[in-house]
Amino acid sequence: MRQWLKTAGLAIAGLGLVSALPTAAAEDTIKIGVLHSLSGTMAISETTLKDTVLMLVDDLNKKGGLLGKKVEAVVVDPASDWPLFAEKARELIARDHVAVVFGCWTSVSRKTALPVFEELNGLLFYPVQYEGEESSRNVFYTGAAPNQQAIPAVEYLMSKEGGDVKRWVLAGTDYVYPQTTNKILEAFLKSKGVASEDIMINYTPFGQSDWQTIVADIKKFASAGKKTAVVSTINGDANVPFYKELANQGVKAKDTPVVAFSVGEEELAGIDTKNLVGHLAAWNYFESVKSPENAAFIKQWHAYIKDNKRVTNDPMEATYIGFHMWTQAVLQAGTTDVDAVRQAMIGQKFKAPSGFEAVMNSNHHLSKPVMIGEIQQDGQFDIVWQTKAPIKADAWSKFIPESAKLTADWTFPWVCGNCTEPKYGSYEH
Amino acid sequence: MGAMSTDPAAMRVVTALRAVLLLLLLALVPLAAWAADLDETLAALASGGFEEREQAVATLGASGDPRAVAILQALNDGTLLVTEDKHIVIGKDATYLDALTGNAVETSAEPERIRVNNRLRNEIEAALAQLNLFSPDPAQRLAAASAVLHAPDPAGAPVLEQALAAEKNAAVADALRLALAATSLQSGDVAAKLKAIHTLSGSSDPEIRRLLGEVADTADAPQIKAAAAEALRAIARRNFIIEIGANIFQGVSLGSVLLLAAIGLAITFGVMGVINMAHGEMIMLGAYATYVVQEAFRAWLPASWFDLYLIAAVPVGFLTAALVGAAIERGIIRFLYGRPLETLLATWGISLMLQQAVRSIFGAPNKEVSNPAWMTGGFDLAGGFTVTWNRVVIIGFSLAVFGLLTLVLRRTSLGLHIRAVTQNRRMAAVVGIPTGRVDMLTFALGSGIAGIAGVALSQISNVSPNLGTIYIIDSFMVVVFGGVGNLAGTLAGAMGLGIANKLLEPFAGAVLGKILVLVGIILFIQFRPRGLFALKGRAVES
Repeated sequence: MRQWLKTAGLAIAGLGLVSALPTAAAEDTIKIGVLHSLSGTMAISETTLKDTVLMLVDDLNKKGGLLGKKVEAVVVDPASDWPLFAEKARELIARDHVAVVFGCWTSVSRKTALPVFEELNGLLFYPVQYEGEESSRNVFYTGAAPNQQAIPAVEYLMSKEGGDVKRWVLAGTDYVYPQTTNKILEAFLKSKGVASEDIMINYTPFGQSDWQTIVADIKKFASAGKKTAVVSTINGDANVPFYKELANQGVKAKDTPVVAFSVGEEELAGIDTKNLVGHLAAWNYFESVKSPENAAFIKQWHAYIKDNKRVTNDPMEATYIGFHMWTQAVLQAGTTDVDAVRQAMIGQKFKAPSGFEAVMNSNHHLSKPVMIGEIQQDGQFDIVWQTKAPIKADAWSKFIPESAKLTADWTFPWVCGNCTEPKYGSYEH
Repeated sequence: MGAMSTDPAAMRVVTALRAVLLLLLLALVPLAAWAADLDETLAALASGGFEEREQAVATLGASGDPRAVAILQALNDGTLLVTEDKHIVIGKDATYLDALTGNAVETSAEPERIRVNNRLRNEIEAALAQLNLFSPDPAQRLAAASAVLHAPDPAGAPVLEQALAAEKNAAVADALRLALAATSLQSGDVAAKLKAIHTLSGSSDPEIRRLLGEVADTADAPQIKAAAAEALRAIARRNFIIEIGANIFQGVSLGSVLLLAAIGLAITFGVMGVINMAHGEMIMLGAYATYVVQEAFRAWLPASWFDLYLIAAVPVGFLTAALVGAAIERGIIRFLYGRPLETLLATWGISLMLQQAVRSIFGAPNKEVSNPAWMTGGFDLAGGFTVTWNRVVIIGFSLAVFGLLTLVLRRTSLGLHIRAVTQNRRMAAVVGIPTGRVDMLTFALGSGIAGIAGVALSQISNVSPNLGTIYIIDSFMVVVFGGVGNLAGTLAGAMGLGIANKLLEPFAGAVLGKILVLVGIILFIQFRPRGLFALKGRAVES
């Protein structure tokens, strides 16, 4: 009943959207699936990614399409409802016969849709930074793995320039991404000689809105004689009240910096950043990057969305990279056939808006640069540190003993996402 | 000056004059050299890496030059810029002033901001503190003295002593004494260190706790280690009471948020008996009304009025939510009275539609609602317990709303009608009360109060289409726990839940704390199904 109501409500509200989509399925079109929540709690982040894909499709068609065919986006709304992701993915692959799907944000939505992609041999491009510990034959991960975001951020804070931090608060929302990331970080910190009593781990429920006690605890933890930093994997809506409480209780970035892995330009647009200057975020891209590729990306986005105030962010850039790599791979393979495209994907290079050349590796993850940005008054980030070269993503973390043994490599002889020894298998389904 | 004269007497005068001039010049040389130094320092600030910038900031701090204060302040605020031709300027309302001379500078391209990082910000603060120790403004002196605590430097001790000797203001003198003690903690002999620890142990400043912690960890002399540890224990003992007080304040503050969120529901659900799942969306509408009012103030009214936008938003939020509430009641709910299940489903459908409507109009991302200056920040009460202004305002505001609503229900004819209709609808109709109209007004009142709650919650929460879903469950919990149909119960329920939550949180953590409170409520409802304050009488039986 609940499901029915939700669907009914969404159907009414979504009528405009659905009617806007052409339904005629001509043979001379290539269909692309977009699997992002347009309603419910995750709509706040995912709607922008849907727009990004539509912008890229629009652009591709203006340039004459792909392989001489028009490209058509099929947009579905999984409504922030995890089981619905699997259902909608099945619909896209089995009914609409899409060549590729761009979608998912939360790890739980990817994990529920994954079996469908593997069963029907679909292709998913996943554009969000995540906890790693996964490599599927049917997924290309264009967001950061922990060694491309969490670990470098912590290393930066440990450096002299980053403030010589000795004491750590790992604060996160209570679900799989923060828990796995914190597990990796804890192991990493201990390997660097940080004592257990200098690590405080704190989890809060989704949508936590009252941060008084936790911020007071952080203040107390920080007054123990060692430079302290907060590593935040707090997700989504909980961030605004968290940062407001930080600002009001006078937690200053220069004393106790907060480095966040889920707060980007889009999230800052909803916060008054006057009192947050100096707090940090780690990503592979910031809108403030100065490169010709980024200028073109921002210009294209503003022209498409018809609003010069809309910001770009890291998951958008990851979508942008993924889409361009997919079109390159299709052109190289000469077909949209999933097996052919998958093979062509490995080794694809693309000059990304970050100013670096992103490369798709055989573990289905990218090589990307890591950047640390500092929040500014205008809601943008100043890049205070970045890697000299792109870093290759580890699908399996070196810092979790049971993962360190695993290899993800989809080329011969491995042909496996989580093996301890090569399978010498072939690519066949 | 008569150099053409050949008169020997005149010649002597000229020679003397020359000597004087030369002396004057000699006196000027250091100044000129210093000016060149400042130029160089500034250049290092603009072109060097973070290391060079740190050096430059330290040089500026030690210079004692009054211009350095403005430069450092600008660097800290991000208004120190460098033009294309490496000229360093301070940006002020779209004009650029030379950092040294203060003259206006014309540039073709927009100058670039000189970047700072957190490490540099600490250096800037220390440098400014050095410069501001002798400022005529006591507030600046106090800030400077407190800033020394962040990075006490033994080399600064003589300056601090000088400042202390000249200080007339008692508060500033106290801060200077602490700062001095902090510096002698870094150097000095064992006796001086022990004395310093004794001085510091009287303060509850978290910064001092940090310093003492550092000493307790790293000092080489065992007696110093022990003294620091003892001082820390004394501070912890003092702070224990403060911490409990802080927990209770935070509980009251959470309770006031719950009260605000639930009080509208206490009318629509508690008094009217409508299971209103769209209640959260009324809160959201109030928050969006606040956003619209804020944007209107930004667009059409002078900046000095901006801080008043929140006050203007209260009636707007009330009216918006009340009108939508009235429309919902007349359009849908009135056909469903007496059918709670259908009402539940219908209002839930309405809530989804309202969410999606707002998403279509305003877009999915959060909207920024800024806190007015009088609701930003807080003050340190004691021992690192910060009372934040927005919480204080919200506690007062929720109690005021509660008081007003009680007055409306008890002292106005509308209140009389509402009570009459809810207690005995048929009898009320018989004596000529337009029950349909009263239903509409009651629902509008409840929704409007939820709108007001939205205005307040926009200050601590995010303004997004999902705002309502965060508060709906808590609201029902408060109303059921407090006793359906009883405003006083709602107040007691909200405060009770708030304080229980905050007292549990430090021990159990946020996740487990919430679960424990939920379990507690379930058990409580088992034994007292009608909540804390159960209504008695015929209305209950029907």
